[in-house]
Amino acid sequence: MESFLSEFVPWLLSVKLAHFLIVSAILFSLGIYGIVTRRNAILVLMGIELVLNAANINFIAFSRYGGVNLDGQAAAIFVIILAASEAAIALAIVLNIYHRFQTVNIDDVSNLKE
Amino acid sequence: MSQELLINLSIVILLLPLFGFALLIFFGKKLPRQGDWLETMMISSALVLALIVLFQKLTLYHDATLMLNFTWVDFHNVPGIGPLKIVLGISVDNLAAIMMVVVTLISAIVHWFSIGYMHGDVRYSRYFAFLGFFSFSMLLIVLANNLLLLYVGWELVGISSYLLIGHWYEKKSASDAAIKAFIVNRIGDIGFFIGIMILFATFHTFGLEEIFDGIQGGRLPFGSEAWLTAAGVLIFCGAVGKSAQFPLHVWLPDAMEGPTPVSALIHAATMVAAGIYLVARTFPIMTADALTIIAYIGAITAFIAATIAIAQNDIKRVLAYSTVSQLGYMIMAFGVGAYTAGFFHLVTHAMFKAGLFLGSGSVIYAMHNALHHQQDHHTDAQDIRNMGGLRTKMPVTFWTFTIYALAISGVPLTSGFLSKDEILAGTLAFGGLTGHTVIPIIGFLVAGLTAFYMFRLVILTFMGDHKDAQRLEHIHESPKIMTVPLIVLAVLCFFIFYSFNPFGATSGWIARAVERPDSVVPASVAAAPTETFEEVLHDSHGTAMVLSLLLAGVGIFIAFATYYWKRINADRIAGSLSPIHNFLINKWYFDDVYNGIVVGGTLAWTRLMRWFDDTIIDGIVNGSGSITKVTSSVSGKFDSIVIDGLVNLTAYLSGFGGLILRKSQTGKVQTYIVFVVMSVMVFYFVFRLV
Amino acid sequence: MELFDVVFYVFAFITVVSAFIVVFSRNIIYAAFSLLFTFFGVAGLYVLLNADFLAVTQILIYVGGILVLLLFGVMLTSNVINVDIKTGTIQTVPALVLVAIVAGSLSGLFYSTWKDVSAPETSVVTTTPALGKMLMTTYLLPFEIASVVLLVALIGATFIARRST
Repeated sequence: MESFLSEFVPWLLSVKLAHFLIVSAILFSLGIYGIVTRRNAILVLMGIELVLNAANINFIAFSRYGGVNLDGQAAAIFVIILAASEAAIALAIVLNIYHRFQTVNIDDVSNLKE
Repeated sequence: MSQELLINLSIVILLLPLFGFALLIFFGKKLPRQGDWLETMMISSALVLALIVLFQKLTLYHDATLMLNFTWVDFHNVPGIGPLKIVLGISVDNLAAIMMVVVTLISAIVHWFSIGYMHGDVRYSRYFAFLGFFSFSMLLIVLANNLLLLYVGWELVGISSYLLIGHWYEKKSASDAAIKAFIVNRIGDIGFFIGIMILFATFHTFGLEEIFDGIQGGRLPFGSEAWLTAAGVLIFCGAVGKSAQFPLHVWLPDAMEGPTPVSALIHAATMVAAGIYLVARTFPIMTADALTIIAYIGAITAFIAATIAIAQNDIKRVLAYSTVSQLGYMIMAFGVGAYTAGFFHLVTHAMFKAGLFLGSGSVIYAMHNALHHQQDHHTDAQDIRNMGGLRTKMPVTFWTFTIYALAISGVPLTSGFLSKDEILAGTLAFGGLTGHTVIPIIGFLVAGLTAFYMFRLVILTFMGDHKDAQRLEHIHESPKIMTVPLIVLAVLCFFIFYSFNPFGATSGWIARAVERPDSVVPASVAAAPTETFEEVLHDSHGTAMVLSLLLAGVGIFIAFATYYWKRINADRIAGSLSPIHNFLINKWYFDDVYNGIVVGGTLAWTRLMRWFDDTIIDGIVNGSGSITKVTSSVSGKFDSIVIDGLVNLTAYLSGFGGLILRKSQTGKVQTYIVFVVMSVMVFYFVFRLV
Repeated sequence: MELFDVVFYVFAFITVVSAFIVVFSRNIIYAAFSLLFTFFGVAGLYVLLNADFLAVTQILIYVGGILVLLLFGVMLTSNVINVDIKTGTIQTVPALVLVAIVAGSLSGLFYSTWKDVSAPETSVVTTTPALGKMLMTTYLLPFEIASVVLLVALIGATFIARRST
């Protein structure tokens, strides 16, 4: 325990690759939590955006720290593009669900069951 | 003008019709006059630019080739090949510059003519859009300096011809003809594609210059001369399809279902010339064997088509077979090594054959209007037996048509005489050099046949008496927008535009601009070199001229004797030679044979399969059925007692399990996501610990 | 502790805290607005990672596009005049446990594997020209496909959101 702390505290103070990755891990977990627990479909979408952002941080962090090339950033651009189209489609679906069921609570829309 | 400017102008020429197409296809219906003026302007300005380019090219850079290349894809290092780059580009040499003028000229004239001919058509703007698209594709073929771009243009030409032939797709025969043209072309294209790939596999480039250099440097496809011959013949397959050579010539006559100006543009002057142009472009890689095959294919096509043309009665079909025959002539010219003559004939033929088609369009237009006026919907407006005596009513059409007929028959003072004479001299030289004497014999025979069937057409259409005097009253000359193009083309049929000497084109500007390129194939498999060929050619000029004049004269004389003076009774001859006559009327039974073999073969195969299904498969099924019946009655007893008990037990158990597991199937996506994340974590820890 | 580290912690703090609000706030409007701060924080992290172009893109697309889209979604589907735009949650406790496990094991994994990787020296000042070149050369095909995807999404979204009559 002692040795762990003497190693961990200085590590905390100088930012390296793992710091970014851990921020992204937290963001990812929060996103998953949002997706899983929210009843409102739009909040679920926000959770998805968080997860995508977490993935993007990973991409860019590895692109910076794992040798200086921009492939990771290019991948991040495509993620953003996909996120944009996903948001548009998902919102369209949410609006359609709202017109049909007069609610956006996705546990009320469980026609998949049976 | 600098070379860069010229090559940039060529790109502008290439893109103008495409630009018009893009505008028309989207906004055509909203433009005034449905935008016909737009596309016509585009192609007319392309013509002016092409003339400028040709003039500058011939005066300033007579022997240079203008090039513009760019790297399309760079694959860097490909395993097993090394550095691989695909370079595309365009080049303008004398051949391309002349061809560019021919394409834009014919295209522009056809555009002008179409304004009159297609007036009031349901898809008027789309028609002009496709004409523009076709011109673009054709110019792409002309300008490409590599096989890949050429192939792209090649396929675009195929698709635009499909669209134009099927312009009146409500007519079943038109849509069938479009599909037939497309499929038959595709057969040739497969050969072309394989040919390209053979060359690419060896030289790793599509550029024609690079391939020529490679072969000249002693590299052969897969290291063998036979493969080189094969590549040449396969590339020629593409030309066989597109230029309607035997045995793939069957699509061209059917393609006459399209509008007549389209026939003039595509099926007389440009698209079918693409095949000839391809042979001209790839001429240096052709070995002697490949050239002999090409010469024979050309000769056979010329002969078959000329004989069929004699017996046809539809004005456009006669012209279609005449086109096939003349294309065979050009192919034959390339095969025998008369490169310049072949290309020269391509240019002159483009002028008078486009004219012939447009003239026939004018006649059909007049006939159609007259029949419409009489409310006669049964008489065929294209059948020459219903025509006759149109001379007095349509003087412009008649005189221009006669000039074209004289040109195609090879009468002196016309352009056709010059080019035809060159080809015939070439065949004579080839016969003398190699001993293939069949080729010159067929060449001269076809010259006589051509003169005969062309004048049969002229006499039956324009001279004599009309079958129905009342109908003749309603026939009028076509409007100015249609007759002026005819006059322009007729003027271009005179020798003066091609050579100042009316009896020889060797000193004309085309002959000087387009010289036979040196072969790059190894000397052991090459055809006779240019110098040897030229020597023999020089001696055979006189003979060829006298013989061809004689045969053309005889052909025209027999036509007059038969159909004008009626000294020879055509029907009696047809009657006494009825097997041959039927053979010709049915176009050598090509369509029937193809129908029998391809369509019939497929049907026979399916019938065999059905029999196999009915007897063998069904037999096995039925047999096993009856066996099963016996066993099942035995096992039925066993089932109802032992198995059912077990099954019921299982059902009960699974029902119980289902009741429990059902709770997890909530229908809520979020629950499923929880399961997914959970299982990922489980996997993670399992692999971590292991 | 240098300036870089301080700035990192500021942005990381903004990101994580606002993400917490997004996920835990019961008021949907609050959630949407703190998502804005999350995006800004992430953009700041991008800047620290030498990804200037992406940082700007992040703000333009996420804040300018996606967030506005989400807000529209909120407005169109919630009765805004009604005070009750709070929303419920489900299966909170199992989700919390699960997510804690996920976060813990991911962080542990990252820490144990990459804890000592520090940034290589780089002279890259601006990435935009290099990225532009990459998109037009190496990534040309994905780039074109992405444009088609965007078009399809555009058409598809319009089609789906249309009120069926």
